[in-house]
Amino acid sequence: MTSLIGLLIVVPMLAAAVGFVAGERQWVRDILTVVSLAGATAIAGVLLAHVESEGTVVLRVGDWDPELGIVLVVDLMAALVLLVAMATILVVQLFAIGQRRTAWGADPQLSGPLLLVLTSGVVLALLTGDLFTLFVAFELILVSSYVLLTHQGRRGQIRSGMTYVAMNLFASTLFLVGLAVVYASTGTVNLALLAERIPELDDPLRWGIGLWFLVVFGTKAAIFPLFSWLPDSYPTAPTTITAVFAGLLTKVGVYVLIRFHVLTGMDDLGPLILTLAGLTMVIGVAGALAQDDVKRILSFHIISQIGYMLMGLGLFTLAGIAGAIVFLVHHIPVKTVLFLVGGLIEEREGTSALDKIGGLAQRQPLLAVLFALPALSLAGIPPFSGFVAKLALVDAGIEKVVVPIVVIALANSVLTLVSMVKIWTGVFWGSGDDESATPIRILRPGHRLMVGATAVALVASLAIAASFGPLWDLGERAAADLIDSSVYIEAVVS
Amino acid sequence: MSITLALVVGGLTSVGVYLITSRSLTRMLLGFALLGHAAVLALLAAGGEAGERPISGDAPVAELSDPLPQAFALTAIVISFGLTLFLLALARRQAQLTGDDLVEDDLEDRRIAIETEAEGDDA
Repeated sequence: MTSLIGLLIVVPMLAAAVGFVAGERQWVRDILTVVSLAGATAIAGVLLAHVESEGTVVLRVGDWDPELGIVLVVDLMAALVLLVAMATILVVQLFAIGQRRTAWGADPQLSGPLLLVLTSGVVLALLTGDLFTLFVAFELILVSSYVLLTHQGRRGQIRSGMTYVAMNLFASTLFLVGLAVVYASTGTVNLALLAERIPELDDPLRWGIGLWFLVVFGTKAAIFPLFSWLPDSYPTAPTTITAVFAGLLTKVGVYVLIRFHVLTGMDDLGPLILTLAGLTMVIGVAGALAQDDVKRILSFHIISQIGYMLMGLGLFTLAGIAGAIVFLVHHIPVKTVLFLVGGLIEEREGTSALDKIGGLAQRQPLLAVLFALPALSLAGIPPFSGFVAKLALVDAGIEKVVVPIVVIALANSVLTLVSMVKIWTGVFWGSGDDESATPIRILRPGHRLMVGATAVALVASLAIAASFGPLWDLGERAAADLIDSSVYIEAVVS
Repeated sequence: MSITLALVVGGLTSVGVYLITSRSLTRMLLGFALLGHAAVLALLAAGGEAGERPISGDAPVAELSDPLPQAFALTAIVISFGLTLFLLALARRQAQLTGDDLVEDDLEDRRIAIETEAEGDDA
């Protein structure tokens, strides 16, 4: 079982290397990316089933002692998020293959292999058992994302790419300095050992470390007030790239934030995190309301949704953290579908600006359905996965009697719906005969694959809603393992 | 941690942060290089007192330097080397597009801000 974990990281890397040198032989790249991503998804499924029944799996790379060497840990939380992440990247890659044939997508010679590098970075970030490997994983993810974002070299991409790179590079440097502080005060960077040693530190030092990493991971997760790079850069990238970023990158930040802060027992930061969660929700949705471009509205929604996950973490209760994990799992496919639909709209209409499109519901009923279902889910309308995930979080908030955040979370849901209605009326309603509307493009064969991939992702997100009972049980168990850090410590150290 | 090392880390950080707040990408690049150095020195300082060479096995364990932070530092240097190259490429592309390497304003943001203001005046 442990060798499977290694494969998850090595296979995408090797496939990426071959993909880079494949040159004009596009079919080689297509087969490699799809097969390795499908393989990764299958492995993730097997790991989830195994971890669910047998408990945490640990791989010690090179069989070093955990205090010195790299450990990869698959616990329930990691396995859950891993499966969703791998499946999402696979779907997006299928969409990308379809989109390439219609000439609107990213440069296929680069985007496929780079997506694989990003994949192995995501896997490493989810599974790693020490902070330094986490730093390396973040760099892997970021470097490939820098290139994916700017490789077309358009003016807007270079401009927003600069903000994106500067913010994230700064956060990475802070991460290194934070590592130095952690190592100097505890003598280790292994998460399991840190879970033992950080709670024993003096309060000021402990809080300092907690706050420092809140800033570092918070920049990656785009929480208030560190989110400015996100709504600026995401809309400028090609659709498939934005869909992966939107679905995964910020979520990896949140995942790591939850993992680090819960394992090291930073409960004292709870009120601060809750305040930030509320602000993140409000500012995100306010930004979405002000925009009038589909991709920009959706980008601001990412921020407001991060607030919910942060809320679950800030509560520092079993129900809260389970809620955050489940919200994370629900959010990844839903957000990806929305961006893919945004891509389909752009593909068809030549723009994603609301005032230039209209009447799509009449001309493209399937597209309207593909948008409406995840949009309602994101807003938290029953019976979709967004509703149950939010309900779980609100329930956790009421249980701990934190009224303000519950009120904000509920109000925020309504505002999310309002901004979704804005997209709906702008894009799907109306006659669509405005003089500015561009003529409908003749769609090439790849279009079917794009719609198919979007539909598959949508079905996956509906399946999450349908199987919410078992998912919630898994989330609760994952949260319990995280809060009682002895489970993690024992699995790694012994 | 020796006071010299602490002062150097502090100095590099402050100059680096100052440079990063600049609009010119070339200056930002230099800023990131300095910040990277500061972080690497901080990592070295985290390893404690310098001692004999580790791993080669010609001194007792108690007298050795801690090799782990040095391994971290090396990895970090390699990564920052790659990123410096990427930033240079970005600056070059920006220079091709606009003739200089300054970070531009977000036009979309500006447009929305102006529209919102105009709407406020109407009301």
